[in-house]
Amino acid sequence: MGMTEPTAVALDNATVAFRLADGRVYTAVEQANLAVAHGEFVAIVGPTGCGKSTLLNVIAGLLKPAAGSARIFDKPLGGLNRDAGYLFQADALFPWKTAIDNVAIGLEIRGTPRTEALARAQKWLTSVGLGAFANRYPHMLSGGQRKRVALAQVLIRDPKILLMDEPFGPLDAQTRQIMGNLLLELWTADRKAVLFVTHDLEEAIALADRVVIMSAGPSARIIGDWRITLPRPRDIAEIRMEKDFHALHREIWGVLKDEVMKGYVQSTQAGAA
Amino acid sequence: MSRITLLSLQILVAVVTLALWQVFSSVPVFGKVLLPPFFFSNPVDVFSQIVKWFSTGVIWKHLAITLWESILAFVIGSAGGILVGFWFARQPRVAAVFDPYVKMVNALPRVVLAPIFALWFGLGVWSKVALGVTLVFFIVFFNVYQGVKEVPTTVLDNGRMLGMNERQLMRHVYWPSALSWMFSSLHTSVGFAVVGAVVGEYLGSAAGLGYLIQQAEGVFDVAGVFAGMFVLSAFVILIDMGVTMVEKRLLVWRPTAAARD
Repeated sequence: MGMTEPTAVALDNATVAFRLADGRVYTAVEQANLAVAHGEFVAIVGPTGCGKSTLLNVIAGLLKPAAGSARIFDKPLGGLNRDAGYLFQADALFPWKTAIDNVAIGLEIRGTPRTEALARAQKWLTSVGLGAFANRYPHMLSGGQRKRVALAQVLIRDPKILLMDEPFGPLDAQTRQIMGNLLLELWTADRKAVLFVTHDLEEAIALADRVVIMSAGPSARIIGDWRITLPRPRDIAEIRMEKDFHALHREIWGVLKDEVMKGYVQSTQAGAA
Repeated sequence: MSRITLLSLQILVAVVTLALWQVFSSVPVFGKVLLPPFFFSNPVDVFSQIVKWFSTGVIWKHLAITLWESILAFVIGSAGGILVGFWFARQPRVAAVFDPYVKMVNALPRVVLAPIFALWFGLGVWSKVALGVTLVFFIVFFNVYQGVKEVPTTVLDNGRMLGMNERQLMRHVYWPSALSWMFSSLHTSVGFAVVGAVVGEYLGSAAGLGYLIQQAEGVFDVAGVFAGMFVLSAFVILIDMGVTMVEKRLLVWRPTAAARD
């Protein structure tokens, strides 16, 4: 990445707050500053409930910050972020559409003729390894297959920014690694700015160019920003054996550990209350 | 239990019931007939009545009328339920204003409306259709309302992030979700359409299955009443089988529908 890469996503002192049912104001994220260059892969790691997803929703334009602002390619974001594709944590496929229709819909609503949209959707299904599953409905696919369809659904629109909210969270360890490698392969072929939210530090280091650490909520802050200089192309499973990987992991975990413990204590107290 | 065992047991129940009915209505037990034919008729008479209806062809006209009334009630009631369900779900204020009245009307036993409908729409087809519509409308309305309300936020957000505008969200998200809820109540709403038609006919008409039963009752023709009831049951079962077929085709995407076949 050269120096000339434009800033794809920028958060300037973004604070996100919610009004609770009892009238109190809950501050989820406080004064977050973040800049993601075009084509850069940034992983956001933090303890459960620290507002990582909240931050993504602000960048997606689904949430408005209470203070501060988000800029997308140097333009202030008002309304939905039309440059972003969003891979949600929960199942977000349309259950009444087949895999191929789920992928094609992003083109169809844009006015692409149906035959062309279907042809391109088929290509995308093939590139995520589901060429033979075009006519299956989501409930006939496994969790990992559904994530592949969701990935194709987002990527077919060719968004400049890819937002991913613990996308591989519900999958088993092996499937996660396979999906991680698939993601890197697709990203290498066409570099987008990626914001990848996860609570798994190893996954973050293995995938990203930069790992950003958030503190435990409420009023979570960005408390660390590491550049991951591990060579690419990477294999998610093998890179975990490298010495440099271990050094980075130890260093970042030193900071993250305290926050994870804080988050754990808070979640147990909230549960007891 | 294998299919054949099950089927034979099911048939056995019918055979035993009919045999008991025939025996107790014709053979005296300790000098007394337990099911006096005047009140209970007997299977042979009922069966010959059914055969007579079909062999003379009288029944077809009545079946056709009842079917036509049921279809009209179902179509009009569903269309109304879908429109109002969508409208209320998308306009919470309208829903809040009308809420007590919707509950009030729905709480009303529809039978009391039959005489009024007969007065308004006459003794022909339309008073029966109106009665069926009041039954079907509420089932479809509540289900469509629920279907639109219960679209998962993630699916909606996904639609928005994929670039859908309100109209496209309506077509690709709200509409299929509402339809799936409506179809899950298809058996109930179709059944109620038939109920509306038959009750309406029973309370005042010149044709239809309800009319046939009512006429038989009027002349103490118990065999005729039972014959009418059997034909009605068979009619409803046939319609229900049709609904199951439609449902299987339209809800292939649903896990439950797929698990059934």
